[in-house]
Amino acid sequence: MSQISPQQIEYNLKVVRQFTIATVIWGLIGMALGTWIAAQLVWPELNFDIPWLTYSRLRPLHTNSVIFAFGTSALMGTSFYIVQKTCRTKLFSDKLAAFVFWSWQTVIVLAVITLPLGFTSSKEYAELEWPIDILIALSWIAYLIVFFGTLVKRRTSHIYVANWFYGSFIIVVAILHIVNSMSVPVSFTKSYSIYAGAIDAMVQWWYGHNAVGFLLTAGFLGMMYYFVPKQAERPVYSYRLSVVHFWALIGLYIWAGPHHLHYTALPDWTQSLGMVMSVILFVPSWGGMINGIMTLSGAWYKLKTDPILRFLIVSLSFYGMSTFEGPMMSIKSVNAISHYTDWTIGHVHSGALGWVAMITIGAMYYLIPRLWGQTQMHNVRWINIHFWLHTIGVVLYIVALWISGVMQGLMWRAVNAEDGTLTYSFVESVQASYPFWFIRFVGGLFIVAGMLLMIWNMYRTISAGKPTRETIDAAPREAATQSA
Amino acid sequence: MDYITWRSIYTVIVFVLFIGIALWAFSRKRKKQFDEAAKSIFEEDELSSTKQDNTKQESKNNE
Ligand code: HEM
Ligand SMILES: [Fe+2]
Repeated sequence: MSQISPQQIEYNLKVVRQFTIATVIWGLIGMALGTWIAAQLVWPELNFDIPWLTYSRLRPLHTNSVIFAFGTSALMGTSFYIVQKTCRTKLFSDKLAAFVFWSWQTVIVLAVITLPLGFTSSKEYAELEWPIDILIALSWIAYLIVFFGTLVKRRTSHIYVANWFYGSFIIVVAILHIVNSMSVPVSFTKSYSIYAGAIDAMVQWWYGHNAVGFLLTAGFLGMMYYFVPKQAERPVYSYRLSVVHFWALIGLYIWAGPHHLHYTALPDWTQSLGMVMSVILFVPSWGGMINGIMTLSGAWYKLKTDPILRFLIVSLSFYGMSTFEGPMMSIKSVNAISHYTDWTIGHVHSGALGWVAMITIGAMYYLIPRLWGQTQMHNVRWINIHFWLHTIGVVLYIVALWISGVMQGLMWRAVNAEDGTLTYSFVESVQASYPFWFIRFVGGLFIVAGMLLMIWNMYRTISAGKPTRETIDAAPREAATQSA
Repeated sequence: MDYITWRSIYTVIVFVLFIGIALWAFSRKRKKQFDEAAKSIFEEDELSSTKQDNTKQESKNNE
């Protein structure tokens, strides 16, 4: 502290460091869990006849750990970093920021304990029981205060576009979580949703769909709009497009949720509306993707030498792929084949492993050396090896599940011409899926190997460095430039 | 006002607002300001100074 003159503001990088380490560790754990359940589908005995380790309990643990532990820790950490740097001020409150970190990690640890024990509200991505829901709400509101408090005391006139995406993600997730988690507790560990029937389904998928739209999309777009230009060392392709991208995305996303409920008890007009909105959603999604990728225009050669940039740019191409696939799957006749099959899971993972995980991994490789006073990661070649391990794993995963998904869809609807009976029993479709599930498991091994390499690289980088202390002149910007 | 009328009006409002935002963002007057915003993330490195733990850093350099 003594070295910092009163006109200097010191950024809070401590909380960013904490979230960075948490992100990488949870990433490894969540993806290892994914690989384990992938193996269980091939070799069911891998639950060792222990109820806690059955597929039904580990699957929600996997989804919670990748979305809320890995993904959300990454979003919290990077948003705290970006909001400070772009607003040229430190966080609104260091104490509250520490609370956000520790309360969020507590939520995750509670999930790791309660989900295997079988406590669940049985709502997808909102499985955690009501006492944990309350802690989530508190943690999130603290997050909201720190983020917006920092925006309010910013020392720049303009709010950089990444912050808009992060801000919308934080507000919308708060609303989604609170509305969808409304429930009547019957005991400390059990509660029932206050919504019933088709309304419960609609609220759940309004939540589920917009959690994808705002957490797994808007939040990570915020990451993209900062780290892609920074790593490419050139400003974003079109800042004006990014403004339009933002408003179009948040304006449209909310309306597309019914594509999760095609051919259910939901009123037919709602399904058709959801379908139309989903197809339109393609436009802003690709606008954003093009904006990110074109940032490299004139500097494509950098992809040859910079593995971090590879992670970032390839993540955008996966984003483009899954936002093309999603609108297509929302068309009711296509959805009649894809729904309930592995195609959906393949689609999820081209988004989750391709887009979310790759942009995050790229951002972490950008941050780790900067946070620990290094100029680059301990071993840059390992980043490249990680890139290939991850890419091969994702491609194995999604190609295998496309094939098994379409196959399942076709088998389930096949009928015998003579008497209209089903051609295949369900079990036959399961049996036919085994080879593809095995390929997915192999893909998972590649991805986990990459994460192990990342952890080791992070460990070596951190132990070679010292926590960075970064300060900025507190004098008004104009004054600073005048005196310079 | 019944639900359908209100929804129709709402849709038109949102549509007009969106066109407005697009025109605003792409208007010539805004260009300079947005270009500056896009570049702003590169200034921050000049304005700020990074240090590791100073004493340790020095002793390392002296080695
Ligand atoms: C090594 C990496 C991974 C492997 C092997 C893996 C494997 C799996 C498996 C086996 C399932 C269950 C599929 C089924 O029910 O048939 C699943 C579901 C899911 N995973 Fe992963 N996963 C991985 C990484 C991730 C990541 C990084 C994310 C998100 C950031 C993610 C998000 C999800 C989601 C949202 C579901 C539920 C899909 C649905 O219900 O439609 N996964 N994963
Ligand atoms: Fe959706």
